[in-house]
Amino acid sequence: MNVPDDLLYTETHEWVKREGDNVRVGITDHAQSELTDVVYVELPKMDRQANAREAIAVVESVKAASDIYAPVKGKVVEVNKALEANPGLINRDPFGEGWIFVLQIDDAGDLKQLRDAAAYKKQIS
Amino acid sequence: MSDGAQKTTPLYDEHMRRGAKMVPFGGWLMPVQYTSIVEEHRAVRKNIGMFDISHMGQLIVDGTGARDWLNTMLTNNIDKLDVGTGQYTFLLNDAGGIIDDLIAYRIGDEKFLLVVNASRTDEDFSWLDRHRANDVDLKNRSADYGGVAIQGPRVVDLFHAVLGERLDLPPRNHIVDLARNGKELLIARTGYTGEDGVEVFFWASEATWFWNLVLEKGKQFGIEPCGLGARDTLRLEMCYPLNGSDLSPERNPIEAGLGFFVDLTKPNFTGREVLLKTKENGPAEKLVAFRMQGKGPPPRPHYSIFDNGERVGEVTSGTVSPSLNYGIGMAYVSASHAKIGSNIEIEIRGQKFPATIEKKPLYKRS
Repeated sequence: MNVPDDLLYTETHEWVKREGDNVRVGITDHAQSELTDVVYVELPKMDRQANAREAIAVVESVKAASDIYAPVKGKVVEVNKALEANPGLINRDPFGEGWIFVLQIDDAGDLKQLRDAAAYKKQIS
Repeated sequence: MSDGAQKTTPLYDEHMRRGAKMVPFGGWLMPVQYTSIVEEHRAVRKNIGMFDISHMGQLIVDGTGARDWLNTMLTNNIDKLDVGTGQYTFLLNDAGGIIDDLIAYRIGDEKFLLVVNASRTDEDFSWLDRHRANDVDLKNRSADYGGVAIQGPRVVDLFHAVLGERLDLPPRNHIVDLARNGKELLIARTGYTGEDGVEVFFWASEATWFWNLVLEKGKQFGIEPCGLGARDTLRLEMCYPLNGSDLSPERNPIEAGLGFFVDLTKPNFTGREVLLKTKENGPAEKLVAFRMQGKGPPPRPHYSIFDNGERVGEVTSGTVSPSLNYGIGMAYVSASHAKIGSNIEIEIRGQKFPATIEKKPLYKRS
């Protein structure tokens, strides 16, 4: 299972990529493989505020609906509209074209709460 | 329940070897998928797929009184069965509610095989045993048998490759015993996918041999091992009910739209009076099929259904159809709102999405 070293991770299987004052968020390769066959993505509303660990998006596979959580406190500044027409991008390229939203973070210190690749690998092993 | 408390089938090691994703189902640890639900679904519609159904229960009813007694326990008319044929039928409680839906096969003059749902096997057995007549012998043989469902348009070709050209498959709803080395190999032309296919039952000790033989011989026909995920999407496209979701002790076969498998002309069977009344007055709610209109999330069990702002029912099964590429499902809705073609709305996370009530089945083979 692919777990890129340059990303941060949540216990709920989101990956988090720091981009200046923002973070880009998606679900991990492990998560997409567990969910399989993503058929629908409900994106968060633009400009909404989110608390850490608040459910703000939904990824639906053939079998079930799964909540996607904001990894840290922040404001939604970008959503991946491509997923509306092509939800399978999450399966094909979870760390790339399958990203879900970008948060403008309140406090970069919050990122310390997240786990690194080594810790996440341990979690899913 | 933890995984540790789940029973495993004789094919468990084969599933693990092929990297199946295992989930608890009806007290069993079963493969939900090997590669992808959508790919496995398509293999069955286009070529052929094989499912482990060893979790299903097998009850044997035997004796001089077996036929007459079963006719009082089950809704369909067992007198219609010749030796070597089977029928879909219901086991009801005294209130007409569905304990289980099953297939009853007549496998001898006075001998019947009941193939029942995994999660209901023990309950079916104890209900039948409690009501058993003196001249009837009842055995739960579930642990002795393994089974597979082999489903798809290329099943006849596959069987000729496995069993030789001179062997014909039994006709639809028929069952034959191709006993091998004195061990039963029961082949029934039945299924739960809407495709041509068979369900095969064999001694548990033969399961690995048979499974691998069929996969090997099936390669040239594009066979895929398939999990419960594809089994569910395939059956839902056909609007075949799933016990525990679409059927329950609180529902009867008339409400479920399955009156075809109830013979109300039989003088006496458990639940008959209630079903007669339901039929006479018309059911208050009916199990209908629906499809989503336009883009939206897939429907799921327990979502509410609305008609002009009024709540009129609840979804019992739902998914995105891999064959049709839109959301489909079944739901109980109040009879006055159950008309085919009616526009309804499904509430999903606080938002209402349009759908229409459709004729069953939702998927028709082209």
